[in-house]
Amino acid sequence: MQTKKWTRRAFATLAALIALTSPIAIQAANALDLNGAGATFPEPLYTKWFFEYNKKNPNVKINYQAIGSGGGINQITKKTVDFGASDAAMTDEELSKAPSKILMLPMTAGAVVITYNVPGVSSALKFDRETLAKIYRGRIVKWNDPKIAKDNPGVKLPDQSISVVRRADGSGTSFIFTNHLSAISPEWKRDVGSGKTVKWPIGIGAKGNDGVAAQVQQTPGSIGYIEYAYALSNKLPVATLQNLEGKFVSPSVDSISAALEGTKYPENLRAFIADPDGAASYPIVGLTWLLVYEKMDDSAKAAELTKFIDWALTDGQQYAKPLQYAPLPASLVKLVKQSVSQVK
Amino acid sequence: MTQLTDQQERTSKELVANTGNFQADAVFRLILRIAAVAVVSMLIWMALVVAGESLPSITKFGLGFLFDTNWDPNSDAFGGLSFVFGTLATAFIAMAFAVPVGLGIAIFLTEDFLPEQVLTPISFMVELLAAIPSVVYGLWGIFVMIPVLRPLEQGLSGGSSSGYSLFTAGVLLSIMVLPTVASISRDVLKSIPRSLRNASLALGATRWETIFRVMLPAGTSGIVGACVLALGRALGETMAVTMVIGNTAQIPNSPFAPGYTIAALLANEFGEASGGLHVSSLFFAGLLLFAVTLLINVLAEIFVRRVSLERQ
Repeated sequence: MQTKKWTRRAFATLAALIALTSPIAIQAANALDLNGAGATFPEPLYTKWFFEYNKKNPNVKINYQAIGSGGGINQITKKTVDFGASDAAMTDEELSKAPSKILMLPMTAGAVVITYNVPGVSSALKFDRETLAKIYRGRIVKWNDPKIAKDNPGVKLPDQSISVVRRADGSGTSFIFTNHLSAISPEWKRDVGSGKTVKWPIGIGAKGNDGVAAQVQQTPGSIGYIEYAYALSNKLPVATLQNLEGKFVSPSVDSISAALEGTKYPENLRAFIADPDGAASYPIVGLTWLLVYEKMDDSAKAAELTKFIDWALTDGQQYAKPLQYAPLPASLVKLVKQSVSQVK
Repeated sequence: MTQLTDQQERTSKELVANTGNFQADAVFRLILRIAAVAVVSMLIWMALVVAGESLPSITKFGLGFLFDTNWDPNSDAFGGLSFVFGTLATAFIAMAFAVPVGLGIAIFLTEDFLPEQVLTPISFMVELLAAIPSVVYGLWGIFVMIPVLRPLEQGLSGGSSSGYSLFTAGVLLSIMVLPTVASISRDVLKSIPRSLRNASLALGATRWETIFRVMLPAGTSGIVGACVLALGRALGETMAVTMVIGNTAQIPNSPFAPGYTIAALLANEFGEASGGLHVSSLFFAGLLLFAVTLLINVLAEIFVRRVSLERQ
């Protein structure tokens, strides 16, 4: 008897479930699914965009997997997704492996900031260009080095070793950071170079922004680089850095935007802003791109995807600032829109 | 032959009547065969895919990959020695701690030192260690273990250690593999016939002589099996290790310096690896991990066979 009752109840529940889900199932069948994969760096903003866009256009649902820029490039090349995303755009070699022309569309920009854990120091530290590169090359090893002290008068720096923390996993953050180091230090460019994974001269590797942040917080005397948005939401101390014009600038959405304004963009929109012009520019910034085929296999998908990108470039930009991403300057938006209009 | 008993006659009749069951047997045998073949072919398939993907790296670097510590994706130069070294070193440190402690726990839990009501919760808690996800171990390593170990490591290494090191990773791994060693060894010791222990005691052996001369030798093959399982986990553990090892491709001159393991390398670099040779070299490193694990398993098997032969 007991079992019979149980079975009946199970059936009732099942029937109710089917009744409940079927309208959704029907709705889903009418909706258009767009699938994308790639960079983790812009994921918070992309997620917000897809959510807001879906509210306004219930017939379009965009799914995004933040599997990393490399994975995004692989998947768009193999056409297993409708769009890819990358913090390092695509190299010419990667582009040549794709079956047809891929457009690289900058969507937003962010910054990489320097965070640190120096016992007894509470104010924002300043590092000039030479000092930053020398710390990461292991040429400045103590916090009370005269080179650091010179830019930070009045700060009591301890006689402690600098423990350098870096990303161990391949990442767009490392790419943006090493790109900047290569631009400001010829020695760095010669010995290490730039990339998502490089052969670091010194330092301890941690996994992800969270790993670097945890390691810096836990290790007295350490220094590390992380995404600006991550540093801000976790209230980590960030350093003020010296830009191309010699000014010390702290990271903010405005100083990132200033860096974007001062950049000239090539026709393919692949601009790595290694060392931006402008007195108000924060020096370590990077764009992040969507990767879309110029001729998509499915014209309905192409139409909806271009509509979404147009929306993200105009109405969507308002969501960037609260999440600490920099809205693109109007001049760049115009260029990206021109490029998107070629998608068929 | 006329002596065929009723019993026998009935049995043979039943057998003839139940031909349906013979078919069921055949189907069952087929299912089992498919399952067995599936497992084996899955393993072979994986090995083939990994080997196939690593082919470009194998042809470029050959055996030199095993003796080179340089890992520089920017200049397409790849060598796996530091990762193989780190994998073996952390696993060795882990086993050095886990085997004595785990065996100690197993002996403690099988001797009647304490009443059963106390032993059961203890053995349950040891087994619970195995249920903790490895990322939790990693976080615990960063926030609890490293601050505790750092002064010790700095003292032993002359102040240069940051706490992220081969040693830290080894100690963390030893805690992770402890339940494997302890609980399997306990089961092994429990399954040794009581008569063996009683005989030893009757001959006048003390408790300690009984444990070390009779119980442990009798359980050797099972205990080695437990250690091999634990070693397998130590070699392949990824998440927790990459969070505390410091991820630096080098052969450090001290166990208190950062290192790198193969599993951690794959976890860190696979997602963003671009360029054929980088991906292929990662597969090559994976193939090495495969080979190292296989080699250790084979050696353990040989050891167990030799021990049981000697016993006979």
